[in-house]
Amino acid sequence: MQAFDYVAPKSLSEAVSLLEQKGERARILSGGTDLIVQVRENRRDLDLIVDGKKIAELMELSFDSQSGLTLGACVPCVRFYEDARISQLYPGLNDAALLIGGTQIQNRASFGGNLCNSSPAADSIPALIAHSAVCLIAGSGGTHTVAVEDFCTGPGRNVLGPKELLVSFHIPPPPKHFGAHYLRFIPRNEMDIAVVGCGASLEMESDLRTVKKARVSLGAVAPTPLLVAEAAAELEGRELDGGAIEKAAAAARAAARPITDMRGTEEYRVHLAGVLTRRALEKSLERAKEE
Amino acid sequence: MNPTQTMDPAKTEVEQKYKVIGTRPIRHDGVDKVTGRAVYGADVQLPGMLHGKVLRSPHAHARVKSVNTEKAEALYGVKAVMTAADFPDAGSRTANLGELGEVPLKPMCDNVMASDKVVYHGHAVAAVAATSPHIAEEALKLIEVEYEVLPPVMDVLKAMEEDSPLLHDDLYTDELGEKSSKPSNVASHSRHVLGDINQGFAAADHILEREYRCATVHQGYIEPHAATAMWNPDGYLTMWVTTQGAFTVRTSVHQILEIPVSKLKVIPTEIGGGFGGKIPVYGEPVAAVLSRKARRPVKVVMDRTEVFQATGPTSGSYVKLKMGVTNEGRITAAETMLAYEAGGYPGSVVSLGGICMFAPYNVENLTIDMYDVVVNKPKTAAYRAPGAPNSEFAAECMIDEFCEILDMDPMEFRLKNGAKEGDIQCHGIPHPRIGCLETTEAARDCEHYQTPLEGPNRGRGVASGYWVNAGLTSSVTARLNGDGTVTLQEGSTDIGGTRTSIAMQLAEVLGIPVEDVVPSVADTDSVGYTEVTGGSRVTFATGWAAYNAGQSIRSQLIEQAAAIWKVDKDQVSLADGVIATTNGDSKSISIKELAADLSQKGIDIGSRETVTPQNHGGAYATHIVDVEVDPDTGKVTILRYTAVQDAGRAIHPSYVEGQMQGGVVQGIGWALNEEYYYNEDGHLMNSSFLDYRMPTSLDLPMIETIIVEVPNPGHPYGVRGVGEVPIVPPQAAVSNAIARAVGTRLGDLPMSPQRVVKALSAKS
Amino acid sequence: MAAKVHVTATINGEPVEFLCEPRQSLLEVLRDELKLTGSKEGCNNGNCGACSVILDGLLVDACIVLGAEIDGCTVETIEGLMGPEGLHPLQQTFLENAALQCGVCTPGFIMAGKALLEKKPQATEGDIRHWCAGNLCRCTGYDKIVRAIIDAEPQLEVKK
Repeated sequence: MQAFDYVAPKSLSEAVSLLEQKGERARILSGGTDLIVQVRENRRDLDLIVDGKKIAELMELSFDSQSGLTLGACVPCVRFYEDARISQLYPGLNDAALLIGGTQIQNRASFGGNLCNSSPAADSIPALIAHSAVCLIAGSGGTHTVAVEDFCTGPGRNVLGPKELLVSFHIPPPPKHFGAHYLRFIPRNEMDIAVVGCGASLEMESDLRTVKKARVSLGAVAPTPLLVAEAAAELEGRELDGGAIEKAAAAARAAARPITDMRGTEEYRVHLAGVLTRRALEKSLERAKEE
Repeated sequence: MNPTQTMDPAKTEVEQKYKVIGTRPIRHDGVDKVTGRAVYGADVQLPGMLHGKVLRSPHAHARVKSVNTEKAEALYGVKAVMTAADFPDAGSRTANLGELGEVPLKPMCDNVMASDKVVYHGHAVAAVAATSPHIAEEALKLIEVEYEVLPPVMDVLKAMEEDSPLLHDDLYTDELGEKSSKPSNVASHSRHVLGDINQGFAAADHILEREYRCATVHQGYIEPHAATAMWNPDGYLTMWVTTQGAFTVRTSVHQILEIPVSKLKVIPTEIGGGFGGKIPVYGEPVAAVLSRKARRPVKVVMDRTEVFQATGPTSGSYVKLKMGVTNEGRITAAETMLAYEAGGYPGSVVSLGGICMFAPYNVENLTIDMYDVVVNKPKTAAYRAPGAPNSEFAAECMIDEFCEILDMDPMEFRLKNGAKEGDIQCHGIPHPRIGCLETTEAARDCEHYQTPLEGPNRGRGVASGYWVNAGLTSSVTARLNGDGTVTLQEGSTDIGGTRTSIAMQLAEVLGIPVEDVVPSVADTDSVGYTEVTGGSRVTFATGWAAYNAGQSIRSQLIEQAAAIWKVDKDQVSLADGVIATTNGDSKSISIKELAADLSQKGIDIGSRETVTPQNHGGAYATHIVDVEVDPDTGKVTILRYTAVQDAGRAIHPSYVEGQMQGGVVQGIGWALNEEYYYNEDGHLMNSSFLDYRMPTSLDLPMIETIIVEVPNPGHPYGVRGVGEVPIVPPQAAVSNAIARAVGTRLGDLPMSPQRVVKALSAKS
Repeated sequence: MAAKVHVTATINGEPVEFLCEPRQSLLEVLRDELKLTGSKEGCNNGNCGACSVILDGLLVDACIVLGAEIDGCTVETIEGLMGPEGLHPLQQTFLENAALQCGVCTPGFIMAGKALLEKKPQATEGDIRHWCAGNLCRCTGYDKIVRAIIDAEPQLEVKK
């Protein structure tokens, strides 16, 4: 492995100034489950690793009934799903937290790290999109926000400038009659990268049949995770029956433009995009009704 | 005892009650292994030790035009750099690899480090020893290799085509014993014939003809290869190696490096799995040369990517099969062509695939054509019942298809056609006493098979399997201590609890608790020649050597007691750890008391035994699996699994069950998800445990086991090897279960979800 | 070469100080610097669990933690499991159940089992299979490992 320096700053400003000095030669370390492996396998070249886990803002996990959820970029999955209240309020995120890697990975890996790694197949990104999460980004010029669906720009690429870092995610409190779900298809039952992933959320009218608002997102079918607006358009304002779900699934298949690789063929991934969209919507509805 | 004699079952001890055999003691090396104290290959640490790393080819097929190591040598911390030029010229010398036979040395040397050509992605081309593994890695980046890239040959059938690019200009087909005149990727074509194939098909009411393919799969042991070498200035080389055979490593390194066997000691460390993959040498000669050049100990440990790219795997294969059966369900004929990938150099296990393919059945008219073919993949190694799963998968799938056509119970079909003692095998030798029918009967009668499977998209599959097992040479040295315990040094490395299954056989002879036998695995200077831990032979053959050692110690104790008591030794017996007179004068002494007495007198009681038993007896298994198929995603879930197997005699039933369960799970992985995925340039794309998908605990139910005991007349306790046959039936059992669940037959492995979906949509 | 980092941590209950390069993983530090070779390297990228250790109460793969990260932390490894009264109940039940063949995955599985039973003393077969999915075993088919962890549950209850 190449040599690099390691620093664990205690404040956001310290981290920002380190990034300012090193630019693209520095990288924030969260759980390290991707970053350390990439550096070891010569897939990423670095001079400095900045451990984000001692910075309070990056480790914050809190919920406020007015402002909603604040999820620090370095909070490991285990803290999310072991928080009984938060995990129940954001079920799609909870699904993702419970799916990423095995136990050992979930004890380290974070939503923020997963997003910044910007893999098209990342499990947390479609879930974050389904939950309408917004990123808070800090740099020397202050902070700004970006919707998660606008964050990734290609495989391993995103909107973060060389001197910027992801601080946290912000998600509004869930509305009434809300349900969400993330699922993925993998050949085994754990420890695989998604062949296709799908996140969905539904806000239902009080009749619990009509869709007020819907979001459908897909992973591993394009260079970036996708928000499939066409699928939502097939649902909003309509009764959520088998026909509507099938139309949304067809929209998801149409939006998918995957590649063939060792994890699946193009044809199979398009097929799965439809299957998973259907299942994600059915489970979201079930959850909206339970709530 | 003459170790090659066949035991008459009536005269063996199998009918007697055993005190030790059949019990489940805690293994002797257990505490070391649950406390982290056991020393495995990579755990070896020596003063001044350097770390070696290997530079590997980024190309699947290329000529190596030049290797420049100057910059690497100049890096701070680098102590030695080597290439294939540092090996003695192999010329036309050959190497004897025991179980694997006599092989030319040049390909073996070239596989360890390429001289003129790389023939697979990940092929070693140079190596560095440095003060830290990180520095060694940095140095690799400084080595400049110039390649002339050649088109890769990745598929066995394409490799056999007339106009295929050639891996080796000097490889000529051994065509049924004759050398062909033109170079080819086909290293050999051999054949077995029985009866009259045309008459056999003429007698059939139903004939099927199908093709079956197996992807290249890896053994997947969790411990990567590791070797540490210390080459002293006086010419003595000591090596610490994780290996299935310390003596095989000694032979290989001796031959590659031309170092006398007398100057080479191999100390086997604990071994973290092998399954056949830790028989060939890879980093061992490299560590040795680096140590000689650096004048310091050097440890070479592979990472997981290197393990996948450059070690193992087993053959990918193509099988074409035609079989005929009568309306009554009798097999009348079978004709098959087996083409196995050998990897970059000749030597696949196709011949074992041929021998095993129809062994569970009595087939009188048979033609088996076998092709050994080189392709641009790593040189294949043995993998648990090497060759058998590929061919038996085909036979077992087709038999199930016949059962559906005939509407016949698969167990009934197997009992009707099942092989028994005296039936002629494909190579013309009759079967000895085997447990094929008994195993099938036990499977038919078990609770799992008798319980109907219900629910949509569910199906039950059955398949049988056979593995030849092996005998070969094994040695032990046993010595009685003054406290009546026995230290037992044995030559077989212990991958799965065999220290204990061997010690139990000695303990049984002496009638002492197995805890009073202290077994250890010895280095090549300290015990007689012993072949690899492989071929399911250790409990059988090394166990037999321990049995002989026990018999020898028993005789010596009886003689000593007889001398003390001044009676004839025929009037003294030993039972349950006590030596006593049988002439009615009621004299007795425990082994412990006698041992103390003899020890004080300076009389050494011990034995050194070497055996080469021949009648190892084949192993049979029949498996039952219930699956559920998700028709939307193609995912197959294993609901229930029962493995039934003839163990001959289960010395330590827990470890017999463990072998069965482990073999089944490797077979399930092979069936469903495991495969080498190459891109069009011949680059291996999934060389990690993330993307080479071995089963996890969450993918499986408990694996139920039923041990059948049809004692092997070729062993004093009736032992048959148990380790390998359990990997043979699962692939076909799962395929047959899928067929019965959703009505589509899959003949290509793995039956990955996308293949299942594709098959389902082709059907509808 | 980057400067070495000075790290103070508690490992198996003992205070430990060491210097490491920032690029050295916790696994390398344990094995090469502290000579605790019980944690094994099977894949070096977090996919096999052979290097599982407990870091501040959480089960992690030591191969994807940097040694420098554990400053001020508590680490438990297989070497620290045996108490003054002998083997830990999980070590004992692994032996009794023949839950190991080659044994190289065993330290990781035992650490995983310990972390699980501390969190969920009455873990079911399903819980164990789910929790241990990040620990690969190629020898046993997992059957006897799962049984060994279940068998340790009452013994750990008694110990409490």
